[in-house]
Amino acid sequence: MNEAVDFKIVEAPAKPISMNPKKFGMWLFIASVTMLFMALMSAYIVRRAEGNWVFYELPNIFGYSTILVILSSVCLQLAYFYRVNVTRANNLIVATFLLGIVFLAMQSLGMYQLLKEGHHFTGGNVSESFFFIFPWLHGLHIIGGLVYLIIVFITLRKGSFNKVQMEMCTTYWHFLGLLWLYLFVFLTLLR
Amino acid sequence: MATLDVHHHIETHDHDDHGHEHHHGNFWTTYIFSEDHKVIAKQFLLTGMAWALIGGILSVLFRLQLGFPEANLSWLKPILGGWLTAEGKIDPDFYLALVTMHGTIMVFFVLTAGLSGTFSNFLIPLQIGARDMASGFMNMLSYWFFFLSSVIMFISLFISTGPAAGGWVIYPPLSALPQAIPGSGLGMTLWLVSMALFIVSSLLGSINYITTVINMRTVGMSFAKLPLTIWAFFLTAVIGILSFPVLFGAALLLIFDRSFGTSFYLSDIYIGGEALPNQGGSPILFQHLFWFLGHPEVYIVLLPALGITSEIIATNSRKPIFGYKAMVGSMLGIAILSFVVWAHHMFVTGMNPFLGSVFTLLTLIIAVPSAVKIFNYVTTLWKGNIRFTPAMLFSIGLVSFFLTGGITGLFLGNSAVDIQLHDTYFVVAHFHLVMGSASFFGMMAGVYHWFPKMFGRMMDEKLGYLHFWLTFIGVYLVFFPMHYIGIAGFPRRYYSWTAFETFSGFADLNMLVSVAAIITLAAQFVFLFNFIYHIFRGKLAPANPWNSTTLEWTTPRLPGHGNWPGEIPTVYRWPYDYSKPGSKEDFIPQHIPFSETPESNLPNENDQIKLDLGGAGVGGNKH
Repeated sequence: MNEAVDFKIVEAPAKPISMNPKKFGMWLFIASVTMLFMALMSAYIVRRAEGNWVFYELPNIFGYSTILVILSSVCLQLAYFYRVNVTRANNLIVATFLLGIVFLAMQSLGMYQLLKEGHHFTGGNVSESFFFIFPWLHGLHIIGGLVYLIIVFITLRKGSFNKVQMEMCTTYWHFLGLLWLYLFVFLTLLR
Repeated sequence: MATLDVHHHIETHDHDDHGHEHHHGNFWTTYIFSEDHKVIAKQFLLTGMAWALIGGILSVLFRLQLGFPEANLSWLKPILGGWLTAEGKIDPDFYLALVTMHGTIMVFFVLTAGLSGTFSNFLIPLQIGARDMASGFMNMLSYWFFFLSSVIMFISLFISTGPAAGGWVIYPPLSALPQAIPGSGLGMTLWLVSMALFIVSSLLGSINYITTVINMRTVGMSFAKLPLTIWAFFLTAVIGILSFPVLFGAALLLIFDRSFGTSFYLSDIYIGGEALPNQGGSPILFQHLFWFLGHPEVYIVLLPALGITSEIIATNSRKPIFGYKAMVGSMLGIAILSFVVWAHHMFVTGMNPFLGSVFTLLTLIIAVPSAVKIFNYVTTLWKGNIRFTPAMLFSIGLVSFFLTGGITGLFLGNSAVDIQLHDTYFVVAHFHLVMGSASFFGMMAGVYHWFPKMFGRMMDEKLGYLHFWLTFIGVYLVFFPMHYIGIAGFPRRYYSWTAFETFSGFADLNMLVSVAAIITLAAQFVFLFNFIYHIFRGKLAPANPWNSTTLEWTTPRLPGHGNWPGEIPTVYRWPYDYSKPGSKEDFIPQHIPFSETPESNLPNENDQIKLDLGGAGVGGNKH
């Protein structure tokens, strides 16, 4: 339809700005996960403000797991920086993966310790029920992140380096790390 | 970085061509697990229509009970079976299930998935000039999650304890306690599972829509040149992404309360004289979370219909839409405001009166962008060269409902007036007009208008007129009397009022409403016939039957995979160049450059040509 007129076309319409659609989609996904946690956090705040809220200390292990999840993010970022060196990048991804597993284990241990101290998910004060939701739901997202790490690892092993995929994975993992950091601060300050 | 981006661009281009040349899918990949946005749109449309039919039939069933409380319905025994009492009346528990399922089906499955799912999928790539959605795979997943969710909700209609019956808002504690009503048992569990899948489907869809609109527009398609339909779908998807996760959170806590024994929403409850162990929860908390989705959901339902209407009214008035920027601005305003008004659904939950007045103020502000939209529709019609196609009639019908229903919103938005009106038929009348019927009319308008592009054939106009007038009059007959019933104090969701002397005076009005509801439902079969028959036997459609300006009409009669056989057209002008003074025809499509229409260009458009002439000499890289 345009061909017939090509020498007459004198306007040069601009190409609209755009970024990689998949990466963009990842940011939107992150936005929706953020909204999910914001909903639960605001529920927590609202319910807490109503009183009848039992205070208790969080086990220290959640502090250590927070450091661990930050370390894992550093590892993954290094893997991204060293992506030209496939072996090195792969080792760092394995390290990230293992740190993620240990993080999950520590979160579970932390929850187990709470149970041992008599803070149960059901039957107790609603503040106790509320607490368990956060590491549990965050853990589910971490599992998603671990699966993603495996996918990136396999792609790297095959030698078909995919920068976009790696960047998306890094973005998601950093987001999960930041999310936990925020949740940790939130749950510590607003018990 | 730059090289990589270019590389990526080339890759996608190759991929496009590849898909274009070798698309010989079998039946399964072409029609069932298709990744083509047009097929997925049709899947959403057909599923949505099936649900609309089910939702409509459910509403007629409970209208029978309300309009004819003494009637013997035992002739429905073959369909309803055990849901009829021995006297041939609808079982009260089943009545609650009927209103619940009618609401759920209509709000989520018809007007969210059926409307957004159909037209966002169909129109976004076609109108912005893209080969397909950003991710065809995610798009396919979006439909199949919706399908799975539909199957589960459908199954819940047939279980022995009946489907969910706590109202479509599923307030705990009623919905949280299986021993409360039969519908809070397995039916409620299935409802929650189904809705969780629905939310996943909706999020997958919304992520795709936003990504596509922002990143996949053709050359020249700046945001200021987007058709208003695309603006509407885009903002709808943004609202969806921000609000549906909140419903997911609310449903998650409800699932824990129901199945794991927590007490997020439960406290101090006695059932049958027995105290429940649940302590410390807050049922109001659920309402806050629910309505934080629930109110934006109203606009998720309405905005696509408004977008479709903008397009159809401009096309069929042969006039540019009045106040394009005001239209975009008001949609943006509605989208933002929709997140800060949720508590007007909760004025009588004992909330702080000061907070109530804040929400009253915010709620009434929504009337401003809504009024701007209505004003712009009317001024677009004003002195237009109007073509009354069925799509146009349905669009005008939408404007009418949006106005009638919107005005009662001003009553309900007042926290003081709401004390009298809340949970009465006034509310039912209000939201059925402004959101239900208006959005339904938008959907119908869209089907009539884009049917030629979807199926390559024309629908029958005469049947369309019949469908429109029966539905339009029917809808007003159903919902207008409800205002009076509501002001008189009739509460909604009640099985029967015949036991109360106060309310027996309105039996005739209720009968009228029920008769009108039956006629309205019957009229939809005219549409169904028109729709299905003309998919196969309709007159072949020309490429651009409505002389419209947007890009989808530059595709062949039945666009194939990839939408345009050749290059994607470039966009030079906004989508509403109808009846431009000096122009040879009464419409100039978006892909016609200004240099081809010197007779109708405005001074600033001519400037654009001159400016680029100078630039072309320097760059000279157009081809």
